[in-house]
Amino acid sequence: MNKIWLIIKREYITRVRNKSFLLSTFLLPIVMILFIFGSVFIAVSTKTKAKVAVANDPGYFKNSIKSDSSSISFDFTPGVDSLNYAGKGFDAVLYIPNGTSNNYAIYSQKQLGLETEARITDKLNKAIENNLLQQKGIHKETLDSISKQTKDAVELNNRVLDENGKAKEANAGLAYGIAFGSGILIYITMIVFGAMVMRGVMEEKTNRIAEVIISSVKPFQLMIGKIVGIAGVGLTQFLLWIILIFTLSSIAGAFIPHELLEQANQVNSQVPGGMQNNTAALKFLEFKGILGTANWGLILGCFFFYFLCGYLFYSSLFAAVGSVVEDAQESQQLMFPIMMPIIFAFIILSSGINDPNSKLMFWGSMIPFTSPIIMMGRIPFGVPWWQLGLSMILLVAGFLFTTWMAGKIYRTGILLYGKKVNWKEMLKWAFKKS
Amino acid sequence: MSHILEVKNLKKYYATQKAVDEVSFSLEQGSIFGLLGPNGAGKTTLIRMITGIFFPDEGEILFNGKKFDPINDVVHIGYMPEERGLYKKMKIGEQAMYLAQLKGLSQKDAMAQVKDWFVKFEMQSWWNKKVQDLSKGMGQKLQFVTTVLHEPKLIILDEPFSGLDPVNSNLIKDEIYKLAKKGCSIIFSTHRMEQVEEICDHIILMNKGKKILDGTVNGVKQQFKENLFSIGLQQMPEVISSNAFKAIGKADHTLVVKINEGHTANEVLQHFIQQNNNITSFNEMLPSLNDIFIKLVEGTPLSRQFEKITE
Repeated sequence: MNKIWLIIKREYITRVRNKSFLLSTFLLPIVMILFIFGSVFIAVSTKTKAKVAVANDPGYFKNSIKSDSSSISFDFTPGVDSLNYAGKGFDAVLYIPNGTSNNYAIYSQKQLGLETEARITDKLNKAIENNLLQQKGIHKETLDSISKQTKDAVELNNRVLDENGKAKEANAGLAYGIAFGSGILIYITMIVFGAMVMRGVMEEKTNRIAEVIISSVKPFQLMIGKIVGIAGVGLTQFLLWIILIFTLSSIAGAFIPHELLEQANQVNSQVPGGMQNNTAALKFLEFKGILGTANWGLILGCFFFYFLCGYLFYSSLFAAVGSVVEDAQESQQLMFPIMMPIIFAFIILSSGINDPNSKLMFWGSMIPFTSPIIMMGRIPFGVPWWQLGLSMILLVAGFLFTTWMAGKIYRTGILLYGKKVNWKEMLKWAFKKS
Repeated sequence: MSHILEVKNLKKYYATQKAVDEVSFSLEQGSIFGLLGPNGAGKTTLIRMITGIFFPDEGEILFNGKKFDPINDVVHIGYMPEERGLYKKMKIGEQAMYLAQLKGLSQKDAMAQVKDWFVKFEMQSWWNKKVQDLSKGMGQKLQFVTTVLHEPKLIILDEPFSGLDPVNSNLIKDEIYKLAKKGCSIIFSTHRMEQVEEICDHIILMNKGKKILDGTVNGVKQQFKENLFSIGLQQMPEVISSNAFKAIGKADHTLVVKINEGHTANEVLQHFIQQNNNITSFNEMLPSLNDIFIKLVEGTPLSRQFEKITE
């Protein structure tokens, strides 16, 4: 036990003292926050306004199509066509077709953005709809007052009922953000720290120090010491990140003028399919208002559990791979079967997150190969206790199994040189009776 | 004499070969023991069983008179593998401390021992250097220090001198003698026969997993001697004919003779004295371990280095 402790200490200290650890720990949050606020700033300040000339107006567009003060303005100066629009100071020219054809054409020097295109289509549809309504006898004033009233008429407030029938405030956006964020974080850390374990084992093997160490401690102790030591590095890094992000974001938040946040909010709500483009500034507003709707204790607790157990599950497999290879190139091939389920889990998460209680997500969150990532994607939306419990038990059983198996592969592999090993052979070692 | 290590009928078979096959030997306390054999003879496997890295398939290892218990006994063994290495990015002082503590030394004892050895080998100034900054020979010295600093009863050295200059070789050789005098037993595995002759008391030779030779260095030489003598003569005789011996090689003023079965060295001397030939030297030529090694391992004839006489 004492010896494992020595190994853990060495693995931990040599890594934490390393410059790259300090760099990644302190620079990453700063870069992230700069990136988030930078992108908000850019979104707000460098919004280009497209000037569109409308040609061949049948008459009603001029009155019913609205220029959008922040992004698009329509102009009905006659005599503008695709040859001279640029000279007259327009970015694009829109041709309205004759009759009932729906073949609207827009000419521009630069490809219009998807967003702009969608917005123009939207506005044209709205104008045609209004025109038709007016033709059927509805007055313009009536229309205006209806559209005024329907704007922001609904605020959908999803309350989730728990087992006792008590309603809880829920926020889909926040849950989505947490689910996806923690899923990604677990995905990245499992790969990063798993690879770190593998490199560490490979280093011991290629440096030929493994035999010296193994003549003092059991191979299994060496493997576990390394895995636990690196887990400690990971946890330290997370803690530092949480502290750093928290302090930095509150500092940065204080510096962002209220106006800018409001503007960001507006920008965001205008983006079609706004969810994906949730800008940080909006989140910031959201967080301020509805942070309390998430069960933070449960989420953080589960995050650390799934990070740790998921890491333990995979890192021993990475250690097994590290023990049988002598160079990085060889390891790529053997790593593939380990990376597959991790990547697969991430794909399931990103496609299934809109329906967190679907069958696919349920099974994904039970099977230990994928559960760390997928369960984290479900927890913010609420998961029955029995499912959470079962998933955790299965994951613990899973990592005990992979560690046991990897230990046997490691023991044989770490002293084996000059032989190319494949997974078939490794599994043979794992299940060989000793 | 008490035996620190007894190995009885040790066997380890791999899927494709018998790595160690029925090997037995015993090692006295304070002796320096040579474990010889060509590449792939099974030395490393044998050593790994003695150090508890591998479990033997069959047979028994007694350590200090009791059945070898890897978990508790490894702290009394110091092993310097042939494929040696250190953590390249770790500082030397910390590395030595780490390895010492893994061998069960407390932090305080480890510090005292490491400092002691660093002074002995004039390595104090290296403490904060990293291994990657060391030359190969320096790394070797550090490796030797980490092998012996927990005062093991049994030290196993696999090719300890490879890559060392003569000065450092001697430094380590002297330490090996000192350790043996203090009661340490040393197993010394190498291909360098001249070092074995110089250092070892007792040797075994392994080939293809089997022990094929066991004895003291002198005993083995006597066992394999071919009654060869070299005689320094003032005049080289043209023709030599005697029942007692046969000339098998000559160079300058030295003649190499092989004494026939049932005859003695005196008869050779008599032969030349009767011819009034002045004898300047007379020596028995014992085979070198190198020759014995090659002969046993490859079955090649011995005196290849002499010019053949055409009679």
